[in-house]
Amino acid sequence: MATLARLQARSKFVAQQYYFRNSVVDIFRKKEYDAAVKIQSWFRGCQVRAHIRNLHRVATIIQKWWRSYSGRQEYQLIVKFASCAMKMNLYNAMAVRIQRRWRGYRIRKYCFNYFYLKEYLKAVSETNDAIREALEEFAEMKEREEKKADLEREEKKRDYQARKTHYLLSTKQIPGIYNSPFRKDPDPWELRLQKAKPLTYQRSKVKQKRCISLSSWLACTSARSFPRSEILPPIDRKQCQGPFRDITEVLEQRYKPLEPTLWVAEPISELKVAREEFRRQEWMRDVNDNMFLPFSSYHKNKKYTPLMHSSSKYGPNSYGSQHFRDENPKKWICDKDFQTVLPSFDLFSKYGKLYSKAGQII
Amino acid sequence: MSQRQVLQVFEQYQKARTQFVQMVAELATRPQNIETLQNAGVMSLLRPLLLDVVPTIQQTAALALGRLANYNDDLAEAVVKGDILPQLVYSLAEQNRFYKKAAAFVLRAVGKHSPQLAQAIVDCGALDTLVICLEDFDPGVKEAAAWALGYIARHNAELSQAVVDAGAVPLLVLCIQEPEIALKRIAASALSDISKHSPELAQTVVDAGAIAHLAQMILNPDSKLKRQVLSVLSQIAKHSVDLAEMVVEAEIFPVVLTCLKDKDEYVKKNASTLIREIAKHTPELSQLIVNAGGVAAVIDCIGSCKGNIRLPGIMMLGYVAAHSENLAMAVIISKGVPQLSVCLSEEPEDHIKAAAAWALGQIGRHTPEHARAVAVTNTLPVLLSLYMSTESSEDLQVKSKKAIKSILQKCTYLPALEPFLYDAPPNILKHVVGQFSKVLPHDSKARRLFVTSGGLKKVQEIKAEPGSLLQEYINSINNCYPEEIVRYYSPGYSDTLLQRVDSYQPLTH
Repeated sequence: MATLARLQARSKFVAQQYYFRNSVVDIFRKKEYDAAVKIQSWFRGCQVRAHIRNLHRVATIIQKWWRSYSGRQEYQLIVKFASCAMKMNLYNAMAVRIQRRWRGYRIRKYCFNYFYLKEYLKAVSETNDAIREALEEFAEMKEREEKKADLEREEKKRDYQARKTHYLLSTKQIPGIYNSPFRKDPDPWELRLQKAKPLTYQRSKVKQKRCISLSSWLACTSARSFPRSEILPPIDRKQCQGPFRDITEVLEQRYKPLEPTLWVAEPISELKVAREEFRRQEWMRDVNDNMFLPFSSYHKNKKYTPLMHSSSKYGPNSYGSQHFRDENPKKWICDKDFQTVLPSFDLFSKYGKLYSKAGQII
Repeated sequence: MSQRQVLQVFEQYQKARTQFVQMVAELATRPQNIETLQNAGVMSLLRPLLLDVVPTIQQTAALALGRLANYNDDLAEAVVKGDILPQLVYSLAEQNRFYKKAAAFVLRAVGKHSPQLAQAIVDCGALDTLVICLEDFDPGVKEAAAWALGYIARHNAELSQAVVDAGAVPLLVLCIQEPEIALKRIAASALSDISKHSPELAQTVVDAGAIAHLAQMILNPDSKLKRQVLSVLSQIAKHSVDLAEMVVEAEIFPVVLTCLKDKDEYVKKNASTLIREIAKHTPELSQLIVNAGGVAAVIDCIGSCKGNIRLPGIMMLGYVAAHSENLAMAVIISKGVPQLSVCLSEEPEDHIKAAAAWALGQIGRHTPEHARAVAVTNTLPVLLSLYMSTESSEDLQVKSKKAIKSILQKCTYLPALEPFLYDAPPNILKHVVGQFSKVLPHDSKARRLFVTSGGLKKVQEIKAEPGSLLQEYINSINNCYPEEIVRYYSPGYSDTLLQRVDSYQPLTH
């Protein structure tokens, strides 16, 4: 109880105390309240600001990351485009290069090549120059030749003239007309006359009759056939040592004229040729070719007299018409009849012109 | 005694006949005697003498007849009507060479006048005997026969065909190979007469192997032979490409060019004709000629001669230039244009001028480069004056107009074009203004020059129908300049300026 009493005793004090204390507190309550409010506001302010700051920081970080991400994305895109464009540019440039080459090649090959044309034209003009030069040379050469020929002709003419008038040459006693004594030098013509050979009177050669018979061919006249012994063999040639024939004999043998055999010496048609010749002579002498017949109807009045053979009453002999080859001309090989020629004796024609085996003349 | 007297009568008669024939033959050589002889009835007197017993009289009679027939075609017709030809043809085969020669001469003299007379000879069957005469041993007879055949063949294709059918060509080709120059000449001329008519006839000549022999003879020193040889080759080459190639293949090319330097004018002419006939066919053949230096030689040849001899050369240049622009360029660098313009201004004859104008047109029509080369030589004014001249022939006018047009349409060389603004007729002015309208928008220097030289003023003065091509050209020229300048140069501008002065009210304070 004591406690209670103590408590009771003290309650009064406590109540006083309580009151007192409350009153003290009340005195400072407002102040403290305000202070507390201030403190709290400050604190809360700080707190909120810190929070907001925190939020800002976080937002910034988020934004940073996001922006960097999106920026990177964009950048990637741009880089992609740029590289693409760069590549395309490169490809285009390369394509242009290829096309350029190809087009140039194709045009040059199939359509038009400037350098080729230039070269061609150059070559043409060079050829032209060469041709012009060559032709010029050719023309000059021709002209020279012509001039030369002219000069020669002139010279020949003058020479001939000099030869023709050679009698005008001065002699020791009498000066010629080109060598006037009143002049210092003789005329050049005088010198020419001196050099010239006087023209001799030439008798016109009698034309040799052209002979066409076989004998004329065989007479060894031409230079191409056997040489004739016009040049005499040397006289003082010594006899060669050995079993040789006498040199004159050998030479005679070597250069003897051709002596054809009787077989070929005379032409087969000699008779015909002679007749021809005779007829020609006659024709030359005749005034008229046709035989002169006094009456135009002479041949009409002429009576036909048959042959004895055909008019014989015994009939013709069959010899001529049946036994011989004349009978059937169709069977002939050539269309001419045989010519009758007598064979020659070989032995006779060669007599005295052959050597025997022993070397003796037969 | 009495026989002697009788024979003397005959002798006298023969002498008189001989003398008569000889005198007639002599007289017939002079043209002034011919009419008298004709009136005296010489034909009827000569005819029986052709059948005379004495060969000399026959020959001389034939000679006299030939000379008479040679003179004009009336007498030749008289020979045909007098039935002399069958007799001649008959004896052509029979008689000696002198008579053959004389008879062939008569045939030639008759046949040369007209196709009808030549046909009459053919109808007589003369061709076969003439061909036989070509086989004769004597060159004189061959020559006469070849001559007669050539004169018959030259008229038309049918007669030529008849000659070919008679088998003359191989023999003529043989005649070319003979050593006698005269025979070669005549045979070549006959071949040329045969081959000139048609490709088939030319082909027969080629088939007979003529070209090789002819090509060898180009270098022959005899100029008359050269003429004929070149003429045959050109007559062969003119027909077709194949024939021209055959001729070229005979390796005539550098050799022919020497003939262009020959002394003889006709050799030159025939040589350039040959080159022309070859060049005209294809660009390849032309190119061959260009590569052989033929163009330069032809140009030199044109420079060295006058008149008609130039003509084939001028045409050859035209043909070569017409084929392609490269060939035209080759002509230009061979200095062909100045030579042609010399021809154009020097030659008195219209047809040669026309050919030169044509050739220039062919050269200048390809590219501006070509046109410039032509314009630089100052040929355009000459062409224009030829076109405008009333003395020029119609052909020349047409050709020069065409040339001017084709050159102007390519020409971008303005200094040469400017004079045309002043003195060209409207139909040409159109092309000139057109060229200016094409060039001026791209060339500032030329624009300036055009103004200072007064061209712009002239253009403003041209009266063009609105909507026409000319007006369009003028408009496109005007578009190249600021408006003030155009207005400044347009006619009547000073009046408008003055009007503005009148109407101007000065500001008064």
